[in-house]
Amino acid sequence: MDPNDFARQLRLLILEVSKRAGVGHIASSLSIVDIMAVLFALYLDNAEGEQPRTRFVLSKGHAALALYGALHLCGRLTRDDLNQYCADGSALGVHPEHTVVGIDVSTGSLGQGLSLSAGSALAAQIERAPRRTYCLLSDAELDEGSVWEAIMFAGHRRLGQLTAIVDLNGQQALGKTSEVLDLGSAAEVAAKMTSFGWSSVVVDGHDIAALAAALAPSDGDAPRMIIARTVAGHGVSFMEGQVAWHYLPLSDQQYYLALRELAAMA
Amino acid sequence: MRKAVIHELTELARTDERLVLLTGDLGFMVIEEFAETHPTRFINMGVAEANMLGVAAGLALEGYRPYCYSIATFASLRPFEQLRNGAHLHQLQVRVIAVGGGFGYGTAGITHHAVEDVALMRTLPHMRVIVPADDRDAASAVRVLHDAKGPTYFRFAKDSRVLDALPGTFDETRLQVVGDGDVLLLALGTIADEAVRAQKLLAARGVHVRLAIATCLAPAPVDHLVELLREARSVVTLEDHVLPGGLGSLVAEVIAERALGCRLQRLGIEETHSPTLGSEAFLRRRAGIDAETVAARLAALVASQYLRAS
Repeated sequence: MDPNDFARQLRLLILEVSKRAGVGHIASSLSIVDIMAVLFALYLDNAEGEQPRTRFVLSKGHAALALYGALHLCGRLTRDDLNQYCADGSALGVHPEHTVVGIDVSTGSLGQGLSLSAGSALAAQIERAPRRTYCLLSDAELDEGSVWEAIMFAGHRRLGQLTAIVDLNGQQALGKTSEVLDLGSAAEVAAKMTSFGWSSVVVDGHDIAALAAALAPSDGDAPRMIIARTVAGHGVSFMEGQVAWHYLPLSDQQYYLALRELAAMA
Repeated sequence: MRKAVIHELTELARTDERLVLLTGDLGFMVIEEFAETHPTRFINMGVAEANMLGVAAGLALEGYRPYCYSIATFASLRPFEQLRNGAHLHQLQVRVIAVGGGFGYGTAGITHHAVEDVALMRTLPHMRVIVPADDRDAASAVRVLHDAKGPTYFRFAKDSRVLDALPGTFDETRLQVVGDGDVLLLALGTIADEAVRAQKLLAARGVHVRLAIATCLAPAPVDHLVELLREARSVVTLEDHVLPGGLGSLVAEVIAERALGCRLQRLGIEETHSPTLGSEAFLRRRAGIDAETVAARLAALVASQYLRAS
């Protein structure tokens, strides 16, 4: 599927599924839609039942809605599966579980996905396998010390098959990241990564073409960190950049307003 | 015990290319045999245990068999969440090599005393918790469990130890029983040396003790435990671990749930914030879990058992 089309459909799915369940974390999911669209439409091409050629770890597990939607668009989850989101007895919760088809790793506790991804990339390095590992982190997740252990390790071991993406939307649960624990500008975050031995680039996290170029497989021996400048709640005007939308579900009025806006997006 | 384990891993790695050894920058004069024999599968992770357990989960996800080496406190308490959400949640074949369980790092200080680890690990329903009794038992346990599904936490004593009274072979389903007597002494593997010595001290005084060493805490060898407890009037548990959540807790649970009639006394570490430090032997003495104190407690128990009965 064309990644632009993938992204458009994914945005609508996120709204629809969250509205049905009355569950939030919408802004965090909308923030990564374009990243997910590029990854799932272009680069995560695992065939079912075969040894995976790529691994994907959604380290920011609270954006699982975007992952479920992406898996649906790839034909791995059915519409019925999505309709069970957060229902009693459902396999699909607010954070993703590895028991779900297409999900490699359970996440939800921030700061743990990059270590696991580094382990996967290390395995590929030891066995000289071509497998690539992608890990998507939130910017607030960089508050966790264990992330920096993993960054230091991957840089030191030259895990070139590891690509991490930071969803730099500048927001976290209780405020702006610049006010809670300031990470610095996108360029400064990139510079931090470079100083740890990563190759690092800043991109517009809502520019499909730029993301496609940045996330394309490369042959360098340094792990890659893509700093994606994003907007939490991207595409829904009243949600964009509003900290409250980290958790809130949508009212009926907000739902239809948001649907109208997203449907109008190119 | 550390060297025996590293030697066993070095041998296992000759035939299993999936075996990798990670260390949190520990194992000086211990780990070299593996590092020199299998340099590409020896990875010093730096002083970063949380990342070590996370990376181990990733390696295991791809089919490797990572063993993670560190001092028991740093291998259990700090990366507990990584272990819970990684190897345990995904049921991956990650092994924790936790060295110096109990007071093994006595003079190193309280930060190095691993006395809560068994309790912590027992809370994870699918975590195998193994506490070998001596060098041979340790090597045997590592070998026997190498192919076992899911994660394993190994709690090893630090120093080399061979207990001739014990079989030296690991069996997940049974305790290691030595002798017979008026009272049952159940000891955790890492403190089996004191228990064996207590049994000898008592024998010299004409007091006979049935000794059972628990080397597999989870999955608990319940059938064998029940069999032993049914035959005992009194049981004393001994562990180089705090009382909540350890061997004594396990035995209490079994006695209560099976409505067994035996009387239980638990000996373990009741005070972890010691004002002074010393060797493992010194700290065990002060905690009252050394052979002499245990022997005295058991002798008194046996006497009271007969006095009350008459």
